[in-house]
Amino acid sequence: MIGDLSGLVGEFAIQISQMLLVLLLAPLLTGFVRKVKARLLRRRGPPLLQPYWDLAKLARKEAIVAESASWLFRGIPYLVFAMTWVAAALVPTFGTGLLFSWSADLIAIIALLGGARFFLALAGMDVGTSFGGLGSSREMMFATLAEPALIMIVFTLALIAGSTQLSTVAEFMLSPDVGLRISLALALVALVIVALAENARIPVDNPATHLELTMVHEAMVLEYSGRHLAMIDLSAQIKLLLYVSLIACVFAPFGLAPVAASFSAHMFGVVAYVGKLAFAGLMLALFETSVAKMRVFRVPDFIGVALMLGLLATLLRFMSRGF
Amino acid sequence: MPEIHLVGVAALLTLSVIVLLAGRGRNLTLVVYGCALVISLVLCGGATMRLLMQSPPSSLALPIGLPWLGAHFRIDALSSFFLAIINFGGAAASLYGLGYGRHEREPLRVLPFFPAFLAGMNVVLMADDAFTFLLSWEFMSLASWSLVMAHHREADNIRAGLVNIVMAGIGAFALLLAFGVLAGPDGFYAFADMRTHAPAPLAAAAVLALVLFGAGSKAGLVPLHVWLPLAHPAAPSHVSALMSGVMTKVAVYAFIRVAFDLLGPPAWWWGVPVLILGAATAVIGVLFALVHTDLKRILAYSTIENIGIIFVALGLSLGFLASGFAAAAALAMTAALFHVLNHSLFKSLLFFGAGAVITATGSREIGQLGGLLNRMPATGLFMLVGCAAISALPPLNGFASEWLAFQAILLSPSLPSWALKLLTPAAGAMLALAAALAGACFVRLFGIAFLGRPRTITSAKAVEVDRFSLTAMGGLACLCLLAGIFPGQVIDALAPVARATTGAAMHPQAAMPWLSIAPIAESRSSYDGLLVFVFIVSSALLAAFIVHRLASNALRRAPAWDCGFPDADPITQYSAESFAQPVRRVFSSFAFRARAQVDMPPPGDLRPASYTVEWVDLSWAVFYRPVVAAVAKMAYWMNRMQYLTIRQYLSLVFAALVFLLLVLASWA
Repeated sequence: MIGDLSGLVGEFAIQISQMLLVLLLAPLLTGFVRKVKARLLRRRGPPLLQPYWDLAKLARKEAIVAESASWLFRGIPYLVFAMTWVAAALVPTFGTGLLFSWSADLIAIIALLGGARFFLALAGMDVGTSFGGLGSSREMMFATLAEPALIMIVFTLALIAGSTQLSTVAEFMLSPDVGLRISLALALVALVIVALAENARIPVDNPATHLELTMVHEAMVLEYSGRHLAMIDLSAQIKLLLYVSLIACVFAPFGLAPVAASFSAHMFGVVAYVGKLAFAGLMLALFETSVAKMRVFRVPDFIGVALMLGLLATLLRFMSRGF
Repeated sequence: MPEIHLVGVAALLTLSVIVLLAGRGRNLTLVVYGCALVISLVLCGGATMRLLMQSPPSSLALPIGLPWLGAHFRIDALSSFFLAIINFGGAAASLYGLGYGRHEREPLRVLPFFPAFLAGMNVVLMADDAFTFLLSWEFMSLASWSLVMAHHREADNIRAGLVNIVMAGIGAFALLLAFGVLAGPDGFYAFADMRTHAPAPLAAAAVLALVLFGAGSKAGLVPLHVWLPLAHPAAPSHVSALMSGVMTKVAVYAFIRVAFDLLGPPAWWWGVPVLILGAATAVIGVLFALVHTDLKRILAYSTIENIGIIFVALGLSLGFLASGFAAAAALAMTAALFHVLNHSLFKSLLFFGAGAVITATGSREIGQLGGLLNRMPATGLFMLVGCAAISALPPLNGFASEWLAFQAILLSPSLPSWALKLLTPAAGAMLALAAALAGACFVRLFGIAFLGRPRTITSAKAVEVDRFSLTAMGGLACLCLLAGIFPGQVIDALAPVARATTGAAMHPQAAMPWLSIAPIAESRSSYDGLLVFVFIVSSALLAAFIVHRLASNALRRAPAWDCGFPDADPITQYSAESFAQPVRRVFSSFAFRARAQVDMPPPGDLRPASYTVEWVDLSWAVFYRPVVAAVAKMAYWMNRMQYLTIRQYLSLVFAALVFLLLVLASWA
């Protein structure tokens, strides 16, 4: 776990730079997706850096809190941000040599995201409005299917790589003995579906909606304003980045710097990572502009597909090591 | 060592008798719960010491009970672990009772039975022969039944008591038969003799089925769970906590004792029914918790879910053990035991919180509550910790044990038998589904009851409860956090129990750097509750500090926004039913055949519109109604026997005699 001192310092530096990187890149990814979507619709779209200006503006504003809100309402944005950020800090982005990667494995990362959702849903119910409850209720309904699907994906990955540690999984995926596997393909499709659902993207939810009855995530955070809303928005952006990093580090790990790699390897890792983010953002924008949003009660079928695929992949792995 | 425990039990029983005989004192409540608290603490301390010092088993035989058998008592690692849990739960309930018990209208319906109930559970765990075990098991059941019937004038409680006693009777009968088969034709009723005489495969199968039935009905395995959500909420809240948090663990103990200890080496398929039942129990329990609106009934159904999780881990452990993977069996067993501990902590906490809510508002319907976090900040905070812990959120304790269970499932591809290989991933999916549903269930419970705006005047005027109750809840909440951030210490403390039941134990976790836990190897999986806790707290504080310092810290209170249409009437909030509606709709077809009926009168009609939801517990329809109908039918036929002539009766007696003689003749 802990080698000599210089290795420790190096891993610590990687850990810290990774934490800052995800924090800094998260709004950019969201801005990029928005921009590409706008271009695809032949609009000019907001500037690439607009999410940063939005966050800064929100953070400077006075926070308006409903009279019926409890103390929990004011604490939850920071808690949700912390849980999401800690989870994102443990997913390898440009290098696997993270100092604290052993403190939480993939199951714990999923549970951390589940914790963030748990508290966000509570915040939706805190003010006591109908929209907040509606958002929380639907979000939890989606989660009841998305979370087991994620666990099944984790099972598949863990059975292939022999570990639930994300760094070990990534290193295994980098090694030549991975090969093409049916279970991996199924897991990838399932993970993409879950990522769309968890990040409130089309076809599950519309991040740009202003029609109250169609929204889920936005309904939940409707009562937030000012710095609280900034924290919530930032958490949502980090969560999107986290899922992209997760998919990238498991299914497209090239460029990922292994433990104790050189500085240049890490720099290459950063460049590769930014490239992967751009590709993922492009794909997301393309996908979102080409499908329509679903009715709420079609969504369980959609996420159910992910659950079934995940279960199938796990079963295949249980049947034989060849799949 | 059993002597000390027996003295404690005797003290509890004496307390009961004294209250029964001379129960008129003014400070009776204080005395009874105070004494029970002290005795339970001593017993819990003794059992914990035994567990931590890894004392060898010690036994004691007393010349009471059956003349040729006597009464055997024995405390080994397994019983001392469960003794610690039970007496800790007893101590917490007594502490809570010091405050909560004062609101009791008829204290004499509760006070005599409370120490007796504790004593009964203690003796079950110490019993080392079938007779003592069954006798104390029945004593425990009866004492809990008396407590369920404490408020017998309330509408549903009579039915709850009836179903409770019938199910307890059937369960005990199954256990009686199980021990009868174990004892064999030679009548080895002492557990020590049973251990040396492993039954034949067919007999072992019968014992496993019977003990799953007997212990499972007490623990609440589906479909034997129907009595539990009726009976547990009917008792006073601290007794509900004991029944849900602790008595179900006695049933788990009975299963472990028989399946892992008395029944000899397991066959490969033993894990299969346990896994199936456990997984079904976990999901069905939490689905019902999600649709009910009675605070205590939700908690009772969630107990069923947690029992399911425990049994899944036990089934895995049996499967591993039968295939010779002792280390994996130890991991699954440790996960089960860890969850036993965790569930006893957070379920007691949640029932105490429910009791506090009932004291403050007089209502158990979460649809009549709301906004309690502002009125009862401490209770609300402790309930929040309990809800987060039971929803398996890191870094609390519920996550640690579920994480271990998932790690055990990930080891199962190495199992040789195909049935188990295919079942475990399905069980894992069910476990994950149950965990996610539990999250939704407790968001709903806490969100409706403690957040939002008060829905009734009583909940708008609720006041915080007394200090004793708060101390009990606060202590349990702290323990939920501590067990979550120091899981390694808990796992190490469980090692002797795992070794006693599976012959192996997880390697010592205390030696791991940074207090992390790694069940198999660090490269495979590791988790560090303490670091996760520190990371979350420090980054939340850091973010709050930076935002407040560098950006804005101005705050203004204003009416709720609600997209411009805030409605002053609190009834427009999302209700418990509406929160559950999406989940009910998604899962209704396979779990509870929910039907919603909308009655919308046409314009001009002054009738109020209504929305009714109906659902059924399929186990009533599938398992119980047919049995009840068959019994009624048989009783109707047997009724004719009352109106025979004397000659017919005499010929019946003669026929019975001939039949018995024939049986005797053919036996030899």
